[in-house]
Amino acid sequence: MFGKLSWAAIPFDQPIPLIAAAMVGVMIMGVLAWVALKGWLPYLWQEWITSVDHKRIGIMYTLLAMVMLLRGFADAIMMRSQQALAFHSQGYLPPEHYNQIFSAHGTLMIFFVAMPFVIGLMNFVVPLQLGVRDVAFPTLNSVGFWLTATGALLVNISLVVGEFARTGWLPYPPLSEITYSPGVGVDYYLWALEISGIGTLLSGVNLVTTVLKLRAPGMTLMRMPVFCWTTLASNLLIVAAFPILTATLAMLLLDRYLGFHFFTNEAGGNVMMFMNLIWAWGHPEVYILVLPAFGVFSEVISTFSRKPLFGYRSMVAATMAICVLSFTVWLHHFFTMGAGADVNAIFGIASMLIAIPTGVKIFNWLFTMYGGRVVYSPSLLWSIGFMVTFVIGGITGVLLAEPPADFVLHNSLFLVAHFHNVIIGGVLFGAFAGYTYWFPKAFGFRLHDGLGKAAFWCWIVGFYAAFMPLYVVGLMGMTRRMQHYDVAAWRPWLLIAAGGAAIILAGIIMQIAQLAVSIRRREELRDVTGDPWDGRSLEWATSSPPPAFNFAVLPRVDGEDAYWRLKQRVRQQAMLVAEPVYTEIEMPRNSPTGFICAFFATFMGFALIWHIWWLVAVAAVGAYATFVVFAWRDRHEDVIPADFVARIDRANRDARGEALAGLGTAR
Amino acid sequence: MPATPDGLPDSERPSRRIRSAAAWIGRSAVVIAPVVLTGCQPGVLDPLGPIGTAEKQILIGSVAIMLAIGVPTIAATFAFAWWFRASNTRATYLPDFEYSGRLELLVWSIPLLTVALLSGVAWIGSHDLDPYKPLPSKTPPLEIHVVSLDWKWLFIYPDQRVASVNQLVVPAGVPLHFSLTSASVMTAFFIPQLGSMIYTMNGMMTQLNLRADAPGTFHGLASHYSGDGFSDMHFDVRAVPPEQFTAWVDSTRNAGPTLDAASYTALARQSVNTTPFTYRAADPALFRRIVSQQLPPGPGPQTGRPHPSVSPRTEK
Amino acid sequence: MTGFEAIAGREVLNRAGESWDRHAVAAHTASELVSKRIVVGYGFWIFLLSDIVMFSAFFASYAVLVDQTAGGPAGRDLFDLRNVGLETACLLLSSFTCGIASIGAQAHRGSWFYSAMAVTFVLGATFVGLEVREFTSLAAQGAGPTRSAFLSGFFTVVGCHGLHVTAGLLWLLTMMAQVFAKGYRADILRRVLCFSMFWHFLDIVWVGLFSMVYLIGAVT
Repeated sequence: MFGKLSWAAIPFDQPIPLIAAAMVGVMIMGVLAWVALKGWLPYLWQEWITSVDHKRIGIMYTLLAMVMLLRGFADAIMMRSQQALAFHSQGYLPPEHYNQIFSAHGTLMIFFVAMPFVIGLMNFVVPLQLGVRDVAFPTLNSVGFWLTATGALLVNISLVVGEFARTGWLPYPPLSEITYSPGVGVDYYLWALEISGIGTLLSGVNLVTTVLKLRAPGMTLMRMPVFCWTTLASNLLIVAAFPILTATLAMLLLDRYLGFHFFTNEAGGNVMMFMNLIWAWGHPEVYILVLPAFGVFSEVISTFSRKPLFGYRSMVAATMAICVLSFTVWLHHFFTMGAGADVNAIFGIASMLIAIPTGVKIFNWLFTMYGGRVVYSPSLLWSIGFMVTFVIGGITGVLLAEPPADFVLHNSLFLVAHFHNVIIGGVLFGAFAGYTYWFPKAFGFRLHDGLGKAAFWCWIVGFYAAFMPLYVVGLMGMTRRMQHYDVAAWRPWLLIAAGGAAIILAGIIMQIAQLAVSIRRREELRDVTGDPWDGRSLEWATSSPPPAFNFAVLPRVDGEDAYWRLKQRVRQQAMLVAEPVYTEIEMPRNSPTGFICAFFATFMGFALIWHIWWLVAVAAVGAYATFVVFAWRDRHEDVIPADFVARIDRANRDARGEALAGLGTAR
Repeated sequence: MPATPDGLPDSERPSRRIRSAAAWIGRSAVVIAPVVLTGCQPGVLDPLGPIGTAEKQILIGSVAIMLAIGVPTIAATFAFAWWFRASNTRATYLPDFEYSGRLELLVWSIPLLTVALLSGVAWIGSHDLDPYKPLPSKTPPLEIHVVSLDWKWLFIYPDQRVASVNQLVVPAGVPLHFSLTSASVMTAFFIPQLGSMIYTMNGMMTQLNLRADAPGTFHGLASHYSGDGFSDMHFDVRAVPPEQFTAWVDSTRNAGPTLDAASYTALARQSVNTTPFTYRAADPALFRRIVSQQLPPGPGPQTGRPHPSVSPRTEK
Repeated sequence: MTGFEAIAGREVLNRAGESWDRHAVAAHTASELVSKRIVVGYGFWIFLLSDIVMFSAFFASYAVLVDQTAGGPAGRDLFDLRNVGLETACLLLSSFTCGIASIGAQAHRGSWFYSAMAVTFVLGATFVGLEVREFTSLAAQGAGPTRSAFLSGFFTVVGCHGLHVTAGLLWLLTMMAQVFAKGYRADILRRVLCFSMFWHFLDIVWVGLFSMVYLIGAVT
């Protein structure tokens, strides 16, 4: 009836995950009970869960990322403290638990923190920047989000039901084969990623189509903000790379479930093929994450330097160059396989080539600040922190791209320090910069400045304290994923690193405090005009938060920095113009398809993991039925009447008019 | 059209420069100090063989080349951000400065030239330090067969017909030719102070050429995660003068079990933290039989089969 | 300054809108934004490209594993080119009938649409049936996917295509039911367009399978 599932699956002998899960369970139940008692469930269902509005979906992606960041960071703290303690001892985490923790940490941080964070920002911002009302496929967007959430849920269920993979964040065979990992851990990993990977692919298809086919009148490709370009590049990579991940994991699943021999030791299986395939996805994945972050920095540095981005065309060229080059370098993840000098050297040089467009970007940001009026808002601090940190990460990255240097640094904590250097310093700082930058657009009030700066300083100091020591122990020959060790020279550095993790924790607490304080003081932080930073692109041309239809009248674009140019042109004519003619607007109707589909996907994934075949069949039929019901509906759009559009837009005009009058008297 | 400034920015004036330099030193001290400090610790920066020494040189040379670009870039980031702060009334505001052909040429050519230089280093280094390339030497290399097992290392000396587990004794000054494979999952063989690591994979053979220049004891380890017993999968490397090595081989031949297919199969079962020991006799053809999978791969965890819902705990 | 500029800029946006009359605004928006049919077709085409990437991964692993027969049978011992030829004929013919069905749908000609779709279904189902027969006979000979890495790769790349065809058949029936229930609505026609793209795409993949797996496998 329940396949492999039995009471033995619940780790009663391990208090840590049980207590953690109990706390999370109580919190979730508490929030749900609170929402229910307040009578907000209908609101939650109608306005969020079933929403196909790209802004709402973007916000939910970001929220998912931030919640998972807490989970992933808890894992990080446990790893740092274990390595600080486990000198000549077993520490407090036995190997079978510690190995799950670092596997879950990597999986969560890449797939359920970094990915949803950047996808959330892209979803929220790109249609606004393009001057359109929605993405190309709104319902598909919702399906994509909920499938991502399904994957995250499955990974977290593994905390209490069964176990998670103990194979690292990329399950290298043959360790991940059924012979060496007979438990359900790897299955949790595989099904969670297969399901969320489909979600990511749908999101990629959606955003590529949006950028290429839906733009405001006059918004030519070369007039798009750089964030839209990096979104395009990132999503092209998703479309081209994620199917490889799906296929590779499917092969491993076939090995594990049906006894195929893709990567087994027996019958001609080939483990090297797994490494080639997984990194053919894995290296582009790095750029899927970091390119949108580059886009955020481009927007933030330009806005807060009060200048256009320096070298726009270079930036576009560099972005697309990275997009293409990222597919030519995967082999640098296993120089130590013994592939031969020519192969290693060619892939090493190809990897270094990526440093050229990346370096160009850094220089262009530098010259964007040159001659600017730099405002030290938290978003800009994250950006400067990024520029400095990323240069260091780039240097160590190019070093690792040299095969002879990689021969002694591969798999060491030097490598771990390097990729945290670029992922925290690049992706996460970019995500935080974007979060601070676009928060007022999303919610209508700014985030508290002082706490934002405090969070930044904790993060950056904590980051350097936590990861610079890892470079050092890496050079001392300490390899990654060690549950304990007995080399005395490593110890002090691991203690410093644990201290650094504690400082980062302080940064996270600051961020939570920032959010709480900002919500409490939202009236004084209110963004009345919709343009709190004196922005340059079209998202600032509408109110904060934007109405469901984004723009009452679609903007007409006649150059780069569309909104800024328009502002410039009327500097002298500071007077309100007669209001536009409002027309009715058709917006896509909300649909529970995504949520219900993910509901079935969750059961399907869980049933597949535990071999509950009847449930697999039921869930598959349910998912199919959901799509048929969706396909059968007759009304796809709700019409927003012209007078409603007018009312909303006039209210915003009034607010802007008052601000204008206030400024006039102030002068 | 945007005004393109050609002169140096104000930020390059001496007083500013000192201040930004101080800021930079503070930051870079964090990065560099530990690197300097590790010089005296055992690790890849303290090599005791030709391969490790060459790799250290490439490592330090490349970092130096890149720091020549990276340090000014970081310094300029601080300098520009500080000098062009909104409250600085002395800084020139150039709101239209968004393109300069000369600067574009510069920003593309600096990284391009750096990468071109480093590409040369990578190309030459990859060929010189190819792990398969024999070391130039008059004496023939010592052959060592390495098998990674769950979770210990087996070293077979085919010419001496002895073997050891979790300890590697080698003659100093003599080239070592390792042939490596894995009995089960994939891992990597690494002696940080001698240089180059290399993967071990079941059904496949990789090769590695190293040499220890002077006698000493070094740390060797599995440098690719291989499961629950991975952290204990390390070994001591004792480099001894050649005559002592001969003596060690002789003494090894006097005691211990013999290594053949049966004892290898017993050894291939999962175990953690195996105390080093030696085999008085070893079948020199054993390695070939492992690589060709005539001897089946290691069995993996045994408890809880056939359908464990949760992986069995590590047997201690 | 910020607030002022925000307002000023917004007014310009609105003024730009104001220069058109109400009718012109709508016309302008409609003409410069791409039609939904194009957007949907384009998006689905991107999806198909991603599917091609997935098949490439399976093709690549098949190519890597093709010689790893582990002492078991190789392609030339197993492949029955007559059966494969029959499958190919079914699928290619079904693409033709699928084309007729989509023309029928565009022309709102029910007789054409339903009959062509039905023929497409029969041909597709025959294809799947032939493939299932081939797979079961292979398994009965002891040449199932667990026999060797080569056979794992073979069953996966061919089976993945077979699963796509099966899913396509389900979609085909759903489309017929939709047209029957809803008529030739614009959104339904867009789905018919996507379906026919999908069906032709399966043909393209099959051409790859036929030549790279079966033909080369049977010859070498």
